[in-house]
Amino acid sequence: MADLSTNLAGIKSPNPFWLASAPPTNSGYQVQRAFEAGWGGAVWKTLGDPILNVSSRFAAISFNGQRVAGFNNIELITDRPLEVNLKEIYETKKRFPNHAIIASLMMEPKQEKWHELVKRVEDVGVDGLELNFGCPHGMAERGMGSASGQVPALVERQTFWVKEVAKTPVIVKLTPNITDITATAEAACNGGADAISMINTINSLMGVDLDSWNTIPHVAGKGAHGGYCGPAVKPIALNMVAECARHANINVPISGIGGISNWQDAVEFMLMGATGVQICTAAMHHGFRIVEDMIEGLSHYLDGKGIKSVSEIIGKTLPRYSDWGNLDLNYNIVAKINTDVCINCNKCHIACEDTSHQCIDRVTDENGRSYLKVREEDCVGCNLCSIVCPVDGAIDMVEMANELPPMTWNERQSAMSLAAECKIDSNK
Amino acid sequence: MEKTQRISITNLEKNFQEVERALTNQEALEESNRCLYCYDAPCIKACPTGIDIPTFIKKITTGNLLGSAKTIMTSNPVGASCARVCPTEELCEGACVLNHSTKPIMIGNLQRYATDWAIKNEQTLFDPGTPNGKSVAVVGGGPAGLSAARELAKFGYDVTIFEAAEKAGGLNTYGIVSFRLPQAISYWEVEQVEKLNVTIKTNTKVGKDVSVKHLLEKFDCIVLAVGMANVPSLGIEGEDLEGVYDAIEFVKETKSGRLSMDFVGKRAVVIGAGNTAIDGATSSIRLGAENVKILYRRTLEEMTAYDFEYEFAKQDGVEFRWLTVPKRIIGDDHGRVIGIECIKMNLGEPDADGRRRPIPIEGSEHVLPVEVIIKAIGQTRHLELIKGFGLQHESGVVQVNKETYQTSNPKIYACGDVVFGKGKGDAMVVTAAQQGKQAAYSIHKQFTAVETAQ
Repeated sequence: MADLSTNLAGIKSPNPFWLASAPPTNSGYQVQRAFEAGWGGAVWKTLGDPILNVSSRFAAISFNGQRVAGFNNIELITDRPLEVNLKEIYETKKRFPNHAIIASLMMEPKQEKWHELVKRVEDVGVDGLELNFGCPHGMAERGMGSASGQVPALVERQTFWVKEVAKTPVIVKLTPNITDITATAEAACNGGADAISMINTINSLMGVDLDSWNTIPHVAGKGAHGGYCGPAVKPIALNMVAECARHANINVPISGIGGISNWQDAVEFMLMGATGVQICTAAMHHGFRIVEDMIEGLSHYLDGKGIKSVSEIIGKTLPRYSDWGNLDLNYNIVAKINTDVCINCNKCHIACEDTSHQCIDRVTDENGRSYLKVREEDCVGCNLCSIVCPVDGAIDMVEMANELPPMTWNERQSAMSLAAECKIDSNK
Repeated sequence: MEKTQRISITNLEKNFQEVERALTNQEALEESNRCLYCYDAPCIKACPTGIDIPTFIKKITTGNLLGSAKTIMTSNPVGASCARVCPTEELCEGACVLNHSTKPIMIGNLQRYATDWAIKNEQTLFDPGTPNGKSVAVVGGGPAGLSAARELAKFGYDVTIFEAAEKAGGLNTYGIVSFRLPQAISYWEVEQVEKLNVTIKTNTKVGKDVSVKHLLEKFDCIVLAVGMANVPSLGIEGEDLEGVYDAIEFVKETKSGRLSMDFVGKRAVVIGAGNTAIDGATSSIRLGAENVKILYRRTLEEMTAYDFEYEFAKQDGVEFRWLTVPKRIIGDDHGRVIGIECIKMNLGEPDADGRRRPIPIEGSEHVLPVEVIIKAIGQTRHLELIKGFGLQHESGVVQVNKETYQTSNPKIYACGDVVFGKGKGDAMVVTAAQQGKQAAYSIHKQFTAVETAQ
């Protein structure tokens, strides 16, 4: 069996699956239940000056009847006294010494306040700290969370203040509500962060009730934006992790967060550079016991690939992730329809005909049966047909031989400017 | 599944409530979301009325149930009934592409879900057309007649339906057992047609209460949609005894709202193995009969009842006696049935209609002790009326142009069971509805062509 243990900037965990700082990690009771279920670590729900919460806090989006495709909340950080949380952290750590407990922290941007909080929290024996510079609602209106997380200078300065006193590793949790997340990630590194985690939730309004015209959710008839997470945000999070991981100036481990629902998602994040992952929505949807499949599925996957340790897969896909300008313009794929598998729903035909490149024909064979045929010379290899196809194996995207050598846009541009220079030279 | 008593002998009403459970909102949402929304979908082609099935299902997913019901009822004026009685596995569901990957969409149940919503919410789905000054008499208010009337009224014709029975709806109202198709569904469909300013003269039999001549003189055009008549005579001794029933009349009686207590504990046989025979048998069971057997002179292979009806009858406890023909009905001194003498058959060479002809086995006579005999060996034709209209026919099957449904009299169109000949597929409600539509379109074409010519 493969070794699933991870080490994120010195924080050791029996497996890469942590619960993210959120409602599931609100209390010692919950975190202990999670550890019993098998979770490797937990980032305790954000500590700070206790706040007041509103009633009616969560909402989710269903897609075609599938519940919780996306999830949104307007709950704030912990509403329990700091002493109570610290006592429970202490007890939990004592019961589960080999599991990672990370304290999420939020504080107004004042040096002495950060110092005090860090000292008190580290005194009870946490394995690390995570600075919440990402919460987009409520606390941001008070200058905390994503309000400070959107300003690279504030991220750097506060990270620096924490690092002045912290004895345990410091993770900086980043907000995606920013044009370029590498800017704040770099700032965190400059401030001395030992690791970064991403993404926190995305600004969102879940919906509007068509009958009452109230927002969803609403608090006594009034709504405010919340933070969006769940399966729908995974591609956004995956890209942000990858962009940070491949950035030359960001050289700290990454804890991946955002829509991770199973071991497969976790593998993807790790391949794109995450050292471990944090999960919330999936647990809120299904309960803590889903971690069993995460651990087992990951283990079987690694065994099946003959990989001894999960840490070996970290960042393995990164060399294959680049800029558009480095993609081969001469690579050519076309759709092939396997008529023996095809069930003739014609979805590929109409998708191509109406919205892509009009290259799937409906034809009739000698027995009068209709089937679908790709005009390969007109197919641009967009994948749309295979995306809308409801049957596995009915459409393959197949690489076509191209006598031209690979050439990227960047290569083409430099070749052309070289040619232009030569022309200028020859004209001299 | 919950194990409940299927038949109650103390509460007969319960036995006649619709057996198929309606989809819940959640089931309908999940099932409708499973539909692939095929382009040029085969289910549409498999529906005799061409309902745009993916569209009505898509509308269920978005909560547009009014639009969904409209899509269904636009193509099929008796779409709520058809949702319940269509042999969907032979039609739309049989054509569903998901048969080749997972399992077909429950199209019939979704159709019922959408139309049930319209019924429950008392929706009016269509508006009458601007009156065009032309009048049409529709003889018979069953599926074909209602369908023709609905389309004609939408075009602006002044339509009058002449219906011999107390209520319109024909087979849907009287001929299909209420545990399959409650009367309220049929009534709603009739009401939808009435809302288009169609006059429905019930209790009005053409040829008796109103003359053929009157119709020919007063209306610009006539649609003959009278369906079929009663079950023919068996031609054996004892048919007049008390306890011998005509299946059509028998089923009609169970839909009258007054369920007879006369069947409790009785033994019954049903003669014939079509869908009406099944209805007769299952209704007998549901009226409390102790034992019900279906006697059929051929075998399971040749039986015309749908497979799902056969399965349903077996679950109700109906027994089947294949290759069995009644020879004589035996009565007691009071003129009541006490038994039926039958003879066993062998199958010989194929008939003109391709089915193997049964041949009696000598000496195989036997008597079944029964108190009830239900005849379900097909239906006779309204021969007198057809002759009254002076229409060309073959043994009571009105001859029509297969595309226009025009009869030998250019002013008269015919559709539904009245044009249904033997061995030409199923006499389905959905087919009758489609023919009614087509007859209406032909009539409209005829009139608009004349006007264009002028």
